Amino acid sequence: MTAMKRGGAVVVGVAESDLGVVGPHMSPVDLMAQATIRALDDCGLAIGDIDGIFAASAQVRFGPMMLAEYLGLNPRYIDGTQIGGSSFMSHLAHAVAAIELGLCDVALIAYGSTQKSVSRKAASPTDVNPYEAPFRPLMPVSAYAFAAARHMHEFGTTREQLADVAVAARQWALLNPAAWEKEPLSRDQVLGARMVSDPLTVRDCCLVLDGGGAMIVTSAARARDCRKPPIHVLGTGEAIGHGSISNMPDLTTTAAAISGPRAFAAAGIGPGDVDVALLYDAFTITPILFLEDLGFCAKGEGGPFVQDGGIAPGGRLAVNTSGGGLSYCHPGMYGLLAMIECVRQLRGECGARQIGRHDIALAHGNGGVLSSQCTAIFGTPATL
Amino acid sequence: MSATAPLETYLAHLAQGELAFQRTRDGRPVFFPRLAAPRTGETDLEWQVSVGLGTVYAATTIHPKGEPAYNVSLIDLDEGFRLMSRVEGVDAASVRIGMRVRVRVARDAEGTPLPVFDVLTPEDTP
Repeated sequence: MTAMKRGGAVVVGVAESDLGVVGPHMSPVDLMAQATIRALDDCGLAIGDIDGIFAASAQVRFGPMMLAEYLGLNPRYIDGTQIGGSSFMSHLAHAVAAIELGLCDVALIAYGSTQKSVSRKAASPTDVNPYEAPFRPLMPVSAYAFAAARHMHEFGTTREQLADVAVAARQWALLNPAAWEKEPLSRDQVLGARMVSDPLTVRDCCLVLDGGGAMIVTSAARARDCRKPPIHVLGTGEAIGHGSISNMPDLTTTAAAISGPRAFAAAGIGPGDVDVALLYDAFTITPILFLEDLGFCAKGEGGPFVQDGGIAPGGRLAVNTSGGGLSYCHPGMYGLLAMIECVRQLRGECGARQIGRHDIALAHGNGGVLSSQCTAIFGTPATL
Repeated sequence: MSATAPLETYLAHLAQGELAFQRTRDGRPVFFPRLAAPRTGETDLEWQVSVGLGTVYAATTIHPKGEPAYNVSLIDLDEGFRLMSRVEGVDAASVRIGMRVRVRVARDAEGTPLPVFDVLTPEDTP
């Protein structure tokens, strides 16, 4: 069922907060507010225009509450969905619905994290699973290592192919002035890096940095008064497969195989129509899984798809053009930054990393341990 | 009468050297133990003790800084449920997907019982 009018909700403003290392006295809500002011500036709206608030952070139990206080808002629509890194695609799906139903006019989606400055351990309190914790898995990396090991076992995926995901991300990052990593990275450097949880080395794992972002979403009618061309939300899909990794039925197929078709059906397009894909790269195995589960290639063919520059600049598909969580920025829940890059690519704002045809962009978010999967598809006015 | 916590029943079985799991009325295995079955919601789940034979579904060797490497695995028990554990008695790096294993209840540093697995050699195979 597609309840929403396709493209009826529009992204009008996006911004990152400061990224990288912000220092221990900066709070996650400081970063949310900083990004919000920048996103409002991006679209020409004011704080007082915001009447729907969507926020999440691993460090803030009551995100929308603390952000509303900070900004002096009394929103009439509130959503604090917290399902990990895909939370913000979920927020977007809910914001689209709320706007369509008239429950709010201008939705703010915001995120902030200071995990680098306060330490990842302090920033990410985790639920203790009494059936897993005694065995001391290194979470979340061991969960993704299990998936990578299974993918290698079932489909012959190689460590070289995993490494090529990190190499491609680095090549894109070198084209993005905002990216954390500034030096080239070779396949051999990934393979020779310190092993963390076999088969994943430290270079198969995303960055651990501070950062945040904000996105302003409104109706197509309201967007006419905004500064920049509207970027339409063509479709969204949400799915949850499991909570803990020991309860994931098949480690090589994620719930992206459910969220993706939902989003594509709503958007009325298929994977072949996508010009740029931001596929949550917490670990090198994840873009491989999502390329398959979202239908960019068949199950088991993700390894060959990414091999030898398949998703690098000039490759067969533009993937993670910002440099992704692996080389640009990963503040712990990266989904909002992925969506911001989609909007900028569709606007043609991406400078050296700008892709050629830029009509349709897909952002796919992952949360927990391959647990929550949310897909969002964006289009320029030409795609309506 | 209030319900007994599923974890309490599970740990009581472990303390007696047993790996316990639950089954639904139609025989579906349930693990982790719950008060209500997934999908059906039935609350009269039956506890059973596993024979303890299984297969490594996935394995990783964890390399902590300044500590010895160790194995963590996902084990598929023959009864049809999966749990996280570790394979002991062999090098962590030699644990392979598909290895046949058998449960043994060990104790952690605090004396809490813990289901771990040993590799089955051909002569062990029943």
